[in-house]
Amino acid sequence: MIGTIRSALVALVLLIAGAAAAVQPDEVLDDPALETRAREISAGLRCLVCQNESIDESNASLARDLRILVRERLVEGDSNEEVVDFVVDRYGEFVLLTPTRDGWNWLLWAAGPIMLLLAGGIGAAYLRGRSRAPEPSAAGLSAEEEARLRQLLEER
Amino acid sequence: MKGQARETLDAGLPRDYKRGMITELGHFALILAFLVAIVQMVVPLVGAHKRWPGWMAVAEPAATSQFLLTAAAFGALVHAFVTSDFSLSVVVQNSHSAKPLLYKITGTWGNHEGSMLLWVLILTLFGAMAAWFGGQLPPTLRARVLAVQSAIAVAFFAFILFTSNPFARLAVPPFDGQDLNPLLQDPGLAFHPPFLYLGYVGLSICFSFAVAALIEGRVDAAWGRWVRPWTLASWSFLTIGIGLGSWWAYYELGWGGFWFWDPVENASFMPWLFAAALLHSAIVVEKREALKSWTMLLAILAFGFSLIGTFIVRSGLLTSVHAFANDPERGVFILAILVVFTGGALTLFAARASAMQAKGVFGIVSRESALVANNILLAVSSFVVFVGTMWPLLAEMFFDRKLSVGAPFFNFAFTPFMIVLGLILPLGSMLAWKRGKVGRTARTLAPAFGLAVALAGLVWAMQTGRSLIGPIGVFLGTWLVAGTLTDLWSRTGKSGSVARLFRLPRADWGKTVAHAGLGITMLGVAGLTAWESEDIRVAQIGERFEVGAFELELVDVQEVEGPNYFSTMGEVIVRQGGDEIARLFPEKRNYPVARMPTTEAAIDYRFMRDLYVVIGDAQDNGGWVMRTYIKPLANWIWAGCIIMALGGALSLSDRRFRIATGEKKTAARAVPAE
Repeated sequence: MIGTIRSALVALVLLIAGAAAAVQPDEVLDDPALETRAREISAGLRCLVCQNESIDESNASLARDLRILVRERLVEGDSNEEVVDFVVDRYGEFVLLTPTRDGWNWLLWAAGPIMLLLAGGIGAAYLRGRSRAPEPSAAGLSAEEEARLRQLLEER
Repeated sequence: MKGQARETLDAGLPRDYKRGMITELGHFALILAFLVAIVQMVVPLVGAHKRWPGWMAVAEPAATSQFLLTAAAFGALVHAFVTSDFSLSVVVQNSHSAKPLLYKITGTWGNHEGSMLLWVLILTLFGAMAAWFGGQLPPTLRARVLAVQSAIAVAFFAFILFTSNPFARLAVPPFDGQDLNPLLQDPGLAFHPPFLYLGYVGLSICFSFAVAALIEGRVDAAWGRWVRPWTLASWSFLTIGIGLGSWWAYYELGWGGFWFWDPVENASFMPWLFAAALLHSAIVVEKREALKSWTMLLAILAFGFSLIGTFIVRSGLLTSVHAFANDPERGVFILAILVVFTGGALTLFAARASAMQAKGVFGIVSRESALVANNILLAVSSFVVFVGTMWPLLAEMFFDRKLSVGAPFFNFAFTPFMIVLGLILPLGSMLAWKRGKVGRTARTLAPAFGLAVALAGLVWAMQTGRSLIGPIGVFLGTWLVAGTLTDLWSRTGKSGSVARLFRLPRADWGKTVAHAGLGITMLGVAGLTAWESEDIRVAQIGERFEVGAFELELVDVQEVEGPNYFSTMGEVIVRQGGDEIARLFPEKRNYPVARMPTTEAAIDYRFMRDLYVVIGDAQDNGGWVMRTYIKPLANWIWAGCIIMALGGALSLSDRRFRIATGEKKTAARAVPAE
């Protein structure tokens, strides 16, 4: 009984062990310059069957196929952009980890700067207001509250 | 086989019966806690409105009993996991009798239902602490804070009981469980959720304080002082939680990445950024009675983003590496909670915020302005992370485009904010309140600046390749550490007297330590990003090969059996200059029950670099795939996180917070003004 379980487990383990991990030695190109470019491109392409991993990091077999595809195109003399376009034509813009800037995507790229300008403008206006405001009296607090507040603040 | 099973059943009956009782009692305690929470939500609120002391007084015992009941429910669930009670469906799905005890315990929150129970446990703990330490608060404010806190608890108790009940039973219990996701069977990740939740949920107190103050219609300096310790504690816990998660990813996922801008990571990072902003703006409220309504808004947003984070993780709406609960019904429920609480609070804010008049008057060049800049940078950077995280969803819903927003976008769009923040931090944190003098502060900081420029220039000259991020990181890190030390030194009247140094308030120390920690983390991130090197090869057993300054030898590969896994374990000798400096054992594990392989990297941790070795598949020619990485300054990332959290803890221990929260009153010792 135990023996059967053991052999079943071993079989199962062998089945699982098929999974490879990220870039394999047999994929690496001989030309270091091309290989560096291949790594750069792969880091920007999403593994389609994984969740939020680039094909450079992923151990899925589809990612391996894509890594090999990228290297094949590079060996054939494609520029980085051509390789990326080739992959996007086949798999759609979903593979791009860096979204394009076309269409409404400009809003994504501009979101930070726009917010910074807005926040900076509001902040600057506030600071100007504060630096010109007259020194207020501590109105609006009852004598008791005033005393309690003072007591708390003096503790520091 | 049949006889054996029969025997186990007979022998097991009385024990199973008792075990079942404990589980049922836990379930019952959870329902009771829900009912107590409803009472605590309504009675003190009405009491505060009508000024009935008896009704307001209900809040404290209710908060305590709510916590004790939830703790009992949680304890019962832990008990069910430890004793492998496979009549509970969560236990079946996430445990196995052969699993090590530690992971049976941590498995309690390694799943959706259990982790939500941990969430409310911490929520009620914070509620109880607010009740215990809130003796100094005005009674109406205290009653309202506890009522709002309890309203959040009601929502989450309902969520647990109606959509995610951990005590759900199976009619026919199986003989054994399906095991916990092996990636979660790890000390780093085992304690990642509790810390993260302590942070997330701790912000609920700030939220409750903000809403209660809006209902009261009054915010003063004392309010800022009451809120700050809770923010400090939450922020420190979040820092540790995020650090643990990142460290786990580093050693467990097999290639030593430490941050992936995954939606789930962003979910914890946004509240962290907001908590950091809140931490700083509450100082302005406390010391200068300015920025009041902004601080209210931050308190609401910080917890709002915690809820958004919970929603992102729990709904599985955004695809992600670690969304282990993909269930739309639960997502909708949390979305409703999010809309009701954040929306309600923001509406209240819009109606009441204008009543809060700012008092403090200060010049354009002042500590106040620097803190405003800090808040702008932190809030906008958090907003960038938010937009980037949600963009794929928005693009699909509105423009019918399926696209991805990945790490390259975030690195590009987020990093500049942190660089600017690092640049102004030492200067801003030394400016005087009300009216500062840039010239004088800059002169004090000149040596720190010079040191930072010199070190950055040095690494620029020494590095191979022309990476910009390395020298920038070295500059910022040194500038922060040296700048904040200069600040501390100038606090002693530039005397450098050790006695005076130790008489400084803990809050000053906390500030220095936390800012230095940020600098150290920046150094680590830049070093690892800029100067990492990698080697991928097929290694034969007995073969020696060189990676950077190291010589590695794969001595042996063995099959090893763990408690609930099989492992292929390599033995690698690392030599430097001919001497053996380390022996590493990288593993490839397979968890047969969970049917998952994991990579266990072997890491030689050193001060200036890590050597990170991973073993891959066997090759046809008898060799093994080996990956070796040299990771400069990697440890600094997490060391910086720990130091930041330590800074938070130091500030938290400052006596003025103990007084503010009403612990004990000792004769006031004179503390130098800032």
